[in-house]
Amino acid sequence: MSNILTAQNVTKRFGGLTAVSTLDIEIPEKSIYSVIGPNGAGKTTFFNCITGFYHPEEGNIVFDNRTILGLTSDQISQRGISRTYQNIRLFSNLTALENILVGQHALLKSTLFGPIFGLASTRREEADALKEARRLLAFVSLAGKGDLLAKNLPYGDQRRLEIARALASKPKLLLLDEPTAGMNPNETEDMTKFIRRLRDELGITILLIEHDMRVVMGISEKITVLDYGEKIAEGTPKDIQGNERVIEAYLGRGSAAQITA
Amino acid sequence: MEHESKTPWWLKALQTGLIGGVVAVLSCLIGMIESFHERDIIAGQITMGETVLLLIVITFSYFSSRGTEDTALPKRLTSGALTGLVTGGLVAGLVLLGKWVNLREILVNASPNLYKILTFEMENTTTALAYLLIAGTVIGLLTALLHLIPTVWRRAVIYGLTIVSLIALLQDLIRITLTRFPQITEALAWMFGSRGQEGLSVNGAIAVFLIVTALNYASATRGDSIRSRVRALPTGTQQGLRWGSWLLLFAFLLIWPRIAGPYLSEVTNGIGLFILMGLGLNIVVGYAGLLDLGYVAFFALGAYTMAVLTTTGGEITANFEWTFWQALPAAIFMAVLAGVVLGIPVLKIRGDYLAIITLGFGEIIRIMFLSDFLKPYFGGSFGIVLIASPTFGNLRFNTPQTLYYVILAGCLLALFVAYRLRDSRMGRAWKAIREDEDVAQAMGINLTSTKLLAFAMGAAFGGLGGAIFASKLSTVYPHSFVFLVSINVLALIIVGGMGSLPGVIVGALLLVGLPEFLREFSEFRNLIFGALLIAMMLSKPEGFLPEAVHRRELHEADNAANTAGT
Amino acid sequence: MRQRFLNRINFTDIALGIIGASLVGLIVVGSFKTLAEGNYTTRQWLDFVVFGVAQGSIYALIALGYTLVYGILRMINFAHSEVFMSGAFTAYFAADAMAKAGFIRSNPFIAILILFAISMATSVFIGVLVERIAYRPLRRAPRLVPLITAIGASFFLQYTFKGLYGDQFKAYPEVAALKGSWTWGDLNITRIQVVVILSAALLMLGLYLYVQYTKTGKAMRAVSEDKDVAALMGINVDAIIVRTFVLGAALAGAAGILYALTFRQVNFLMGFIPGIKAFTAAVLGGIGNIPGAMLGGLFLGLFESVGPILFLDGLNVPAPYQLKDVIAFTMLVLVLLFRPSGILGERLSEKKA
Repeated sequence: MSNILTAQNVTKRFGGLTAVSTLDIEIPEKSIYSVIGPNGAGKTTFFNCITGFYHPEEGNIVFDNRTILGLTSDQISQRGISRTYQNIRLFSNLTALENILVGQHALLKSTLFGPIFGLASTRREEADALKEARRLLAFVSLAGKGDLLAKNLPYGDQRRLEIARALASKPKLLLLDEPTAGMNPNETEDMTKFIRRLRDELGITILLIEHDMRVVMGISEKITVLDYGEKIAEGTPKDIQGNERVIEAYLGRGSAAQITA
Repeated sequence: MEHESKTPWWLKALQTGLIGGVVAVLSCLIGMIESFHERDIIAGQITMGETVLLLIVITFSYFSSRGTEDTALPKRLTSGALTGLVTGGLVAGLVLLGKWVNLREILVNASPNLYKILTFEMENTTTALAYLLIAGTVIGLLTALLHLIPTVWRRAVIYGLTIVSLIALLQDLIRITLTRFPQITEALAWMFGSRGQEGLSVNGAIAVFLIVTALNYASATRGDSIRSRVRALPTGTQQGLRWGSWLLLFAFLLIWPRIAGPYLSEVTNGIGLFILMGLGLNIVVGYAGLLDLGYVAFFALGAYTMAVLTTTGGEITANFEWTFWQALPAAIFMAVLAGVVLGIPVLKIRGDYLAIITLGFGEIIRIMFLSDFLKPYFGGSFGIVLIASPTFGNLRFNTPQTLYYVILAGCLLALFVAYRLRDSRMGRAWKAIREDEDVAQAMGINLTSTKLLAFAMGAAFGGLGGAIFASKLSTVYPHSFVFLVSINVLALIIVGGMGSLPGVIVGALLLVGLPEFLREFSEFRNLIFGALLIAMMLSKPEGFLPEAVHRRELHEADNAANTAGT
Repeated sequence: MRQRFLNRINFTDIALGIIGASLVGLIVVGSFKTLAEGNYTTRQWLDFVVFGVAQGSIYALIALGYTLVYGILRMINFAHSEVFMSGAFTAYFAADAMAKAGFIRSNPFIAILILFAISMATSVFIGVLVERIAYRPLRRAPRLVPLITAIGASFFLQYTFKGLYGDQFKAYPEVAALKGSWTWGDLNITRIQVVVILSAALLMLGLYLYVQYTKTGKAMRAVSEDKDVAALMGINVDAIIVRTFVLGAALAGAAGILYALTFRQVNFLMGFIPGIKAFTAAVLGGIGNIPGAMLGGLFLGLFESVGPILFLDGLNVPAPYQLKDVIAFTMLVLVLLFRPSGILGERLSEKKA
C-alpha cells in the first residue's frame, strides 16, 4: 500500500521551544491513523505544519507524491487536505448550509460576472452545489438544520457540521483534531462509528488527534505517540498499549513499573 | 443586565440620575438645547430643545425604574422619581452655578439665553429651580408608571409619540412637498402651526398621535392574522403581491422628482450618492470585514477622472473634452485600478493596521490633489471647473430633477450587483473571511485575490459615485474629499446594519437625509454620528436592519422556480 | 529548497517588490540630486534636524499611549488623539488666565508646571472615561467592534469640545522666558525646542523605569502577555488596564502642552493629524514596544522635516513641504510591507490555530 502523506524530519521551533522535533511519519492511503500524546506534545502544531498554518524550519512533507512545503493553506486545501479544529471554528454567523457551501469554494468556478449576469452555467453550478451541500448535511445527520446559524447549533451538531464542511472540499486526507472532545459516551460512540464510515464509504484517509484512548485503540490502524515534540513510539494499537515509554509519558516516570507489576 | 450586583437599588437610581444629569448638562453646554429651542415640536407648547431634555429624563428614569418582572411598584416609583430628581437637580445646579460665575469665559454656549430656557423664562430663580426639581421628579414618576401599561399599549404609545415628533421635525419637508398640491392647503393649515418653524398645531399633534397609536395597536393585535392570511394564499398570488408592491415602489421612485420639486430632488440626489458609496463600502466592510477608512479616496479618484477628462476650461493642462459617458468607464476604471494597486500591498496586512493604512491612503490622495506639485493637472486648491453633465440624445441631465434619474440608475445598478453577489460563491468567501480568516484560507479560499476583488468592487462603486458627483456639481475641489466623508459612509453602514442592503438605504436616509432638513441638527451631526457609532456598537452591533439570514435549505421549490423564471 | 522557494513566491510578492523598489529608487535619486545641487547650507539642514527631533519627541510621547494600549488590549485607541487634544485645549484657559494675571511672566517655571498638571489631569480623565464607556463593555467582542467605537468616541469628543469651548483657534500666550535660542557653530536650537526635547526625554525615561521596575509595571507586562493567565495569578486585569490608560493619557496630556508651547495654537481638531502621525510612529517602531515608540517618533519627526526637501527638492517638486504627510504615510506603508513588526518589534508570533 502506498503512503498518501510522508513527513520527513519535520522540525518546528517557537523561539527557544522546539514544538515538533525531527518527526518522521508515514500515513498509508485509506488508513485511520492516530497521533496521540500528552498536552503540549506538539500534535496540533504538527497538524498546523501539514495544513500550512505554520512553516516548519526543517524537514519535508510530501502529500500525494509532491512536497507541500511552502504552500499556503489554501493551496494545500486544493491539493486535497482538509481539517477540523480542536476548539470548533465554524463561520458562526453563516448558516450551516452556507458553511458547507464555503467548503466547496475551490471546487466551484464562478467569480463576479457569472452571478451578476445570472449566467446559466453559474446557476447550474450553484444548484448543484446546493444539492451537494444538502446531501452532506444529511450525511452528518443535520438534515433540516441547514438554515440555522452555525453559532446557534448545539455542540455536537457543530462538531459534525465542521466535519461536513471539511468533506465539502472532497479531500483525500482528513485531519480531525479531537473530534470527540466534550462528548458524552453515547455521542463518542456515534462519532467513532461515523469516522469509520468516512473511511469505509468515502475512501478518505483519516489522521486523528484524540485523547479518548478507547476511541484511539478502537479505530486506529496505526498510532504515533508524541512527547515534547518527539516521536516516542509508533505501531499498532497493541504495540502502543504495552509500550513502557508511552505509559511513562502519560503517567510520569516509574508508573510503567507499577502498572505492569 | 447586572441585577445581581451588590449596590442597593436606591444607589443605582441615584447613579443613573447622575449620569442622566451629566448628559443633560453636557447637551446644554454644547449648545444643543439652545439651538434646538428655535424649533417648536407643537406650536407654542413645546420646543425641540425641551423635548430633548424631557427625553433624557424619561430615558434614564425608564432604565432606573425597569427593575425585574417582580419588582414592587413603590420601589419602581421611588427609583424613577429619584432618578428624575437627580437629573433635574444637576440641571438646576448648572443654572445656579451660572448665576454665580460667568461660565461663558470658557464655555461658549453657557449663554443667558440658555438659562432663560432652563428657567422656563421665569424671573424668580428660586421658583424656577424648584420647578426644575419638581418637573424632574414628576416626569420620573410618570415614566415609572409606563412599566404598568401592557406592552402592546406601551409600544403603541411610544410609537405614536415618535411619529408625532418626526412629523413635527420634518414639517419643512412635508410642507414644501405638499404645498405643491393646493387642494390640501386647508388641511395643512389645520395640522401645522401658522408660521414656519412652528411644528404641529395642538390639533394636528393630537390627531396624528391618535391615528398612529390606533394603527400600531391594531397591527400589533391583528397583524398576525393578516399575515397568516397572506401566507395562506397560493404561492402564485403571493408572488404576484410581492411583484406588485415592487412595481408600485418602482413607479413611485420614477415619479418622485415630480412630487418632490427641485429642492427635495437635490436632497434626494445627495442621499443617493451616499447610498451608492454605502453599497460599495458595504461590500468591503460589511461582507468582507475589511475596515476601510479611506474610502473617500475612490470617490475622489472617480470625481477627478471625470473632471480631468471632460472639463472644457479652467487652468489645468488637460484638454480631453470627453463626454460624460465616455469618461464614466474611465472614472470607474481609475478607481478600481487604485483599489487594486493599494490592495496588493495593503491586504497582506492584518486587521487594525488596514484601517490606518487606508486612512493614510485617503489622506495621501487628497493632499496630492491639493498640492502645488500636481497643480497643473488637478488645479490644486482651485479644483477643476466646467465638468460635463450627462446627456442622452437631446436630453441634458443638469438639473436636480433630471440628474435624479442618473443617480437612481446608479443606485439600482449597485443594488442589483450587491444583491447578486451577496449569496454567490464570492459573497460567501467574503463572509467566511470576515468570520475567520485563517479557517477560510484553510478551506481553499485565496485570501489575497478574494480580498482584492472585494476592494475592487467597493472601489468601482465609489468611483461611479464620484464621477456622478463631479458632473452633478460641475466642479471638484480637494476639500470635498476629506476623512469625514469616509466616516459618514462608515457610520451609515453601521447604523443600518453591516452587510445589510436595506440597512444601507435606511442608514443613508437617517444620517444624510435627516440632517438636511434640520439645520439645527446638522450643526451637531458629527457629534451625533460619534455617539451613534458608540451606542450602536454597545447595544445593537448588528444595526437597525441586520443582515438577513438567507434561508434556502427547505425552499427547494422556490429556488427551482427562481432558476426557471430568470 | 528550490521547490520550496518557488512554492512561496507569487504574483503579489513580485508586485510588492516592484512598488517597494521604485519608491526606494525615487528616494535615493531624489536625495542624491538634492545634495548634488547643494541649495541648502549645513546650517539649514541642522535646523531641519533639530526641528525634526523636537517634533519627533512630541510624536513619541503620543505614540507611547497607542503602544501601551495596543500592547495590553491589542486595539488601536483611535480616540487617543482626542485625549491629547482635550488636555492642551483645556489648559489653554488656565494659560490665558495666568498670562492676563502676569503670573507667566513672574513665575514661568511654576506656570508651566501648572499647565502640565491641568493638561495631564484632563487627558487622564478623558482617557479613563473613554475606556470605561466605550471599550470595557466590549472586551470580548470581535476586533472590529471596539475599533468602531473608538472612531465614534474620537468624533464625539472632537465635537463635544467644539461645543464646549467653541470652534475658533485659541492662541496660547507666549512664555517670555522661553524666547530666544542658543547657537553652537552651525547648530541653532530654540529654548522651546530644548524644553520640548528634555521634558519628553525625562517623561519617557520615567515611563520606562515605571514599566520595568514597579509592581504595576510588571503586572502590565503580564497582562499584555496573557490576560487570562494574569487574572489567574491574582492580577486585577481591569485595574491594570485602567492604569495603562492613565499612563498613556498623562503622556498625551504632557505632549499637548509641549505642542501648544511650540505651535502656540489649539483647536478642537488639533489632535487628528498628530494622532495619526503618532500612531504611524508607534507602528514604525514596533507597536506594543515602548522603546520602539520613542524611536519611531524620532524617526518620523526627522523624516517629516528633512524628508520633503531631501527626497523631493532634487526632483524639482514645487513646495515639497506640502507633501510631508504623504512621506509619513508612505513610510508607514513601506514599513508595514517589509517589516510588519516595526524597527524594534519582535515578529508577531505565527500562532493561528
